[in-house]
Amino acid sequence: MEHHLVVDRVTKSFGDLKANDAVSLHARKGTVHAVLGENGAGKTTLMNILYGLYHPDAGHILIGDREIAIDNPRDALDHGIGMVHQHFMLIGPLTVTENVILGLEQSGLRLGLAEHAERLIELSRSFGFDIEPSEPVWKLPMGMQQRVEILKLLYRNVDILILDEPTSVLTPSETGPFFEVLGRLKEAGKTILFITHKLEEVMAVADEVTVMRDGRVTAELQTSETSPRELARLMVGRDVVFDISRSQGHFGDAKLKVEGLRAQNDRGLLALDDVGFEVRAGEILGIAGVDGNGQAELAEAIAGLRPVAAGRILVGGADATRASVAERKHGFKIGYVPEDRQVAGLDLNHSVAFNLILRSLGRLPFSRFGILDFKTIRAHAERLAGRYDVRLRDVDQEVRFLSGGNQQKVILAREIEDDPEVLIVAQPCKGLDVGAIEFVQNTLLDQREKGVAILYISTELEHIMAVCDRIAVMSRGRITGILKPEEATPERLGLLMAGATEDAA
Amino acid sequence: MMETLLDPTMLSDFLSTSLRLSIPIAFAALGGVLSERSGVYNIGLEGMMLAGAFGAAVGTFFTDSPSVGLLSGAFAGALTALVLAVLAVSLGVNQIVAGIAINMFSIGVTAFLSRIVFSGQANTMTLPGYKAFAIPGLASIPIIGPVLFNKDALVYLMYVTVPLLFYLMFRTPWGLNIRAVGENPRAADTAGVPVNLVRYLCVLGSGVLAGLGGSYIVLSQVFLFSEHMSAGKGFIALAAIILGRWNPVGALFACLLFGLFDALQLRLQFANPEVPYQAFVILPYAVSILALVGLVGKPRPPGAVGLPYKRESK
Amino acid sequence: MLAALRGVYLLKGVWAILAALLVGSVLIRLGDSDPFEAYGALFTGAFFEYHGFATTLVKMSPMLLAGLAVALPLRAGQFNIGAEGQIYLGALFATWAALYLPEALPGWLHIVICSLAGMIGGGLWGFIPGYLKAVHNVNEVIVTLLMNYIGINLVSYFVSGPMLAEGAPYPYSDEIREALWLPYILPRTDAHLGVVIGIIFAIVLYYVFKRTSVGLSLATVGHNPVAARYAGMSVRRHIILSLAFGGALAGLAGAYEVLGLKYRLFHMFSAGYGFDGIVVALLAEGNPLLVAAAALFLGGLRSGANIMQRAVGVPTTVVEAIQGLVVIFVAASVAFRFESSYLAAAWRRRKAVDAALAAERREAHKAEDGEAKPP
Repeated sequence: MEHHLVVDRVTKSFGDLKANDAVSLHARKGTVHAVLGENGAGKTTLMNILYGLYHPDAGHILIGDREIAIDNPRDALDHGIGMVHQHFMLIGPLTVTENVILGLEQSGLRLGLAEHAERLIELSRSFGFDIEPSEPVWKLPMGMQQRVEILKLLYRNVDILILDEPTSVLTPSETGPFFEVLGRLKEAGKTILFITHKLEEVMAVADEVTVMRDGRVTAELQTSETSPRELARLMVGRDVVFDISRSQGHFGDAKLKVEGLRAQNDRGLLALDDVGFEVRAGEILGIAGVDGNGQAELAEAIAGLRPVAAGRILVGGADATRASVAERKHGFKIGYVPEDRQVAGLDLNHSVAFNLILRSLGRLPFSRFGILDFKTIRAHAERLAGRYDVRLRDVDQEVRFLSGGNQQKVILAREIEDDPEVLIVAQPCKGLDVGAIEFVQNTLLDQREKGVAILYISTELEHIMAVCDRIAVMSRGRITGILKPEEATPERLGLLMAGATEDAA
Repeated sequence: MMETLLDPTMLSDFLSTSLRLSIPIAFAALGGVLSERSGVYNIGLEGMMLAGAFGAAVGTFFTDSPSVGLLSGAFAGALTALVLAVLAVSLGVNQIVAGIAINMFSIGVTAFLSRIVFSGQANTMTLPGYKAFAIPGLASIPIIGPVLFNKDALVYLMYVTVPLLFYLMFRTPWGLNIRAVGENPRAADTAGVPVNLVRYLCVLGSGVLAGLGGSYIVLSQVFLFSEHMSAGKGFIALAAIILGRWNPVGALFACLLFGLFDALQLRLQFANPEVPYQAFVILPYAVSILALVGLVGKPRPPGAVGLPYKRESK
Repeated sequence: MLAALRGVYLLKGVWAILAALLVGSVLIRLGDSDPFEAYGALFTGAFFEYHGFATTLVKMSPMLLAGLAVALPLRAGQFNIGAEGQIYLGALFATWAALYLPEALPGWLHIVICSLAGMIGGGLWGFIPGYLKAVHNVNEVIVTLLMNYIGINLVSYFVSGPMLAEGAPYPYSDEIREALWLPYILPRTDAHLGVVIGIIFAIVLYYVFKRTSVGLSLATVGHNPVAARYAGMSVRRHIILSLAFGGALAGLAGAYEVLGLKYRLFHMFSAGYGFDGIVVALLAEGNPLLVAAAALFLGGLRSGANIMQRAVGVPTTVVEAIQGLVVIFVAASVAFRFESSYLAAAWRRRKAVDAALAAERREAHKAEDGEAKPP
C-alpha cells in the first residue's frame, strides 16, 4: 500500500544537539497520523523540516514515491504540504478573508474581497462549519481562529496538513467540534499529521501514531492495536538508574498547604482547576504529569509570580496567597527553582556571584544602604561554589558560560542557602547530565533530612520515583491522584496522566 | 475673532490659510502613515521634507520649471528615505536613532549646500512656482468653494493622493501585504510576503511624499529656500499620524485640524497678543498624547512597528 | 575575550567617526575650501586653544547631562527621546526658583535650591511618560518625543508673557541676580561649573550602575525582566524611577544653561541639546564615563565649528551635517553585528520589559472587563 507521505531516516542537528536522529515516518492517505512525544522529543523540528523552515542534514522526504526537496514554506505549499503552527500565524486586526488570501499570487489592483469571501463560506460549509469572513480575526475565539488557519491551507489545495499541538489553545468544549472537522478532512482525502503530547487525543482521533523520544522514533503503531499504557511507556521510557538512596522519612506537620487553587495561564485559559494538596515537613511531594497540564502555573502561583483567582496558599499555617514575591522568599521562606533557568532563574549577562544573590540584592549582608559589598558577595559566592561543587573559572565570570548543570547548581545553592521552609523545584534535572542529576537529587534529599517541605515537579518519572515520598499526578489543571512510589507503576501513572481519576489513593 | 466667524469673506480667508498651512504636514503625514503601517517608524520626516524643499529649490533654480523642481524634490525625499531604509530594514538599526540622525544630517547638509548652490541668494530669490487657479463651478460654492477649489496644483494633487493612498492600503493586494507586514511580519513571511521589500518600498514612498510636502513650501508658499525651513512640520506630522489612527483619511483630518490651530495661533499672535497663542501650538501635541492614553479614542499603532524583522536561521 | 570585543566596538566608533569626517571633507571641498585646514582649525581650536576649549566645555555641559538623561532609562530598557523638553522644564523651574525666592537666601544655598528645582522640573517631565508607560502601556518613545514640543512651547509662553522682562525686544525673562551665577572654572571665559557637576554625575552614575543594588537591578530589569520579577523587583517601579531621574538630569542641564551661561530664561534657548544627548548616549553605549567622553567630543565639534568658520570661512552647517553622519555611520557599523549590537539588544530588552509590565499589570488589575481585547 502506497503511503502518501514518507519521511525516511531524516537527521538534523543544531550544534551538539541531535534534534532528529534517523527519524522515519509513514503516513497513509486520508488518515490522521499522530506524532506523539514529550517536549524536546524532536517533533517540532521534524515538522519544521517538512514545512521548509529547516533543511535536514541527512535523509529523504517522499510524496507518493517521488522524492522531493522542500527549501522554504512556498515550496512546501507547492507540494501540497501546509502547517498550522501552535502559535497561530494570523494577523489580528485583519479580517478572516484578508488573512486567508494574504500571500496568494494575485494579479491586478483589486483585492476581490467579496468573491473570496463567498468562496470561503462555501469551502467552510463543505467541511461542516460556518465562518464570518468579514470579522477581524482577533475577535474570534481560539477554536474559530484555528479553523481560519485550516481554511488558509484548504484554500491553497493543501493535501497534507500538519497540525502542531492543535488542542493546546482550545477549551474542552472546542475540542469536540475540532475532532469533527478532522473527520471531515479525512473524508475529503486529506492526510493529517497531528503533533501532540496528549495520550487521550491520540487514542481518540488518530489512526496511526509515531512515538518519538529524545530525537528518535520509538515506535510506529496503529492506534487500534495499542493502548494508553503502552503509549505512555513508549513516550516516557526508562532512564539510567541512579545512585540515590532514600532513607525512611521523618515527617512533621503540614508545612505547605494548597487549597482550591484556581488560576489562569498566559492565554487566559484555566490552568489550575481547584488544586489542593499538602506537603509535610521533611517530605518530598512529586507532581508528575505530562508537560502543559498546569504544573508550571502551579509553581508560579505558589512562588508569587502568578495571581490566583481563587483558593489559598498556606505556609506553616500563615496565609501567603496575597504576598509579593519578595515576601514569600524572605518572609514565608519559600525557595523556588524555576523550570526555565535561563529565562527566569538567572540573569545571564551578570556574574555567578551576582546571580547567587539575585533575590537578595538589597539586603544585608550583601548591600548596605544600597551599596553592594563586593567582598562579602565574592566570599559568599566562593563558599557556595565550593560547597555545591560548581565548576567555574572564577565567581566573577558571567553565568552564561557555565554548563547547564552548573547553572542549576547556582540556582539551587542560592535557594537553599537561605534556609527555606518550603522548596519548590520545577523540572530540576532538565538538560542535565547524569552526574549533575545525582547531585541535584542528593541535595534535595539532604534538605528533606533537614525538614524542608519540598514540592518536586517533573515530567521524568524515573527521577520522581527516586526521590519522592508521595507522587501526585496532574492532568488538565487538576490533581487526578496521589500515589506512594510502590504503587506508582508507569502504567498506573500513565492512566492518571491521561486524565482518569483514581478512586483510592 | 468673532468677526472672522461672522463675515463670510474673512471666514473663507481664515479657512483658506488653515488649509494651506496643513498641506505640507499632510503630505508628510501621509508618508508617515505609509511607512509606519509597514512597521518602520519614520522620525526622519522632517529631514525628508527639508531635502524635498531643497531639491525643489535646486531643480526650479536651474530650469525655471516648477515641475522639474517638483520631481527633484520628490527624488531628494526618496534619496533621504533610502538611507533610512538601508539602516532600519537591512541593517536593523534602531529606527528612532536612524530618523534623528537623518534629520541632523539633512538640516546641516541642505543649509551648507544651499549657500554654495544659490550663492547667497537663497533667502532673497523668487523662484517660479505654482499659482492658484480656480476650478470652474466648484469654486463658486459659498464659503468653502474658494477655500477648497481655488488653490494651486499641489493642493489638488494632495486631494487626489489621499483617496489613492486609502485605496492602495485597504483595497489592493499590496495594501494587504503592507498591513500584514506592519502587524505581524513573521506571519506575513510565512504566508510568502516579501517583508523587507515591502518595507523598503513603503519607506521610499514616505520619502517621496515628505519630499512633496517640502516642495510645496518652496513652490507654492514662499518661493525661496531658507535654512531649516521645515521648522518642525515633520514632527507635527508624527502627531497627526497618531491622532489619525494610522489611516490616510484620519491623518488628513488631523492635519486639517492642526492647520486650523496653526492659523489660529498666528492670528492670535498679531490680533490678540494677550491670549497665549502657545496654547494652540501645544494643543496638537497634547491631544495626540491624550489619544495615545486612550482618552480621545484608542488608536492602535501597527503591531510590529519599530521592530526590525529577521527570519529565524535554518 | 569580552575585553577584546569591547575594544573592537570602540574601534568601530572611531572608524565611523573617521568615515563621517571623510564625507565631510568632500562637502568642504565643494565649498572650495581645504579640508585639512578646516579640520585643523576645528580641532585645534576646540581642544588646544584656551578660549576654544572653554567653549567646548560650555557646550559639553548640557550634552553630558542630557546624555546621562538618556543613558539611565536605557539601562532599564526605556528610550528617553524627551530630554529636550526636560531641559526646558528644568530651566523653567530653576528660573522660577532664581527669580521668585527671597533674595535674603545665601547665594550658594539658593543655587542649590535652583538646581533642585531644575531637577524637579525635568523629573516631572520624565515621570509623566514613565508613568504612562508603566501603568498604561503607552509607548514612551512617542510620548517623550511629543512632550518635547509641549515643553518648549510652555517656556515660550512664560517668557513671552508672565515672565517677560521689562522692555525686552524679544522674549526673555529678567536676569537672575549675580549671586546665583554659577562660578567660572576657567577665568575670562564662559566655562562654568555645570560641566564639573556633569562629570561628577557621570562618575556617580557609573558607580551606581556598577556597584549598587539599584544599578544592578536596573540592568536586570532591562536584560531579563522575567528574572527581575522572579528576583522580587518591581519592573514598573524601575521604569518610572529611571525615566523620572533621567528627566531630572536633563532638567539640571537646562537649569545650568540659565544659571551658568545665559543668566536669563530665553525663548528657544537650547540648540537641540536634548537630541545631542541621544547621540552621545548611543556613542557611549550607555556607559556614563563614555558619555562624558562623547560629550566632550561632540561639544568640541560644535565649538570648533564656529572657530573653523571664523578662521577658514567654512560654514558651521557642515559640522551639523557631519554630526548626522557620525550617528549614521556609528549606528550602521554597530549594526553589522546585528544580533549582538547594543541597540538591537536594547530594543529587545524594551520588548521584553513590555511583556513583563503586562504581567505585572495583570497582577494589579485582576478584574477584567468582559470585552475581548485585540492581542
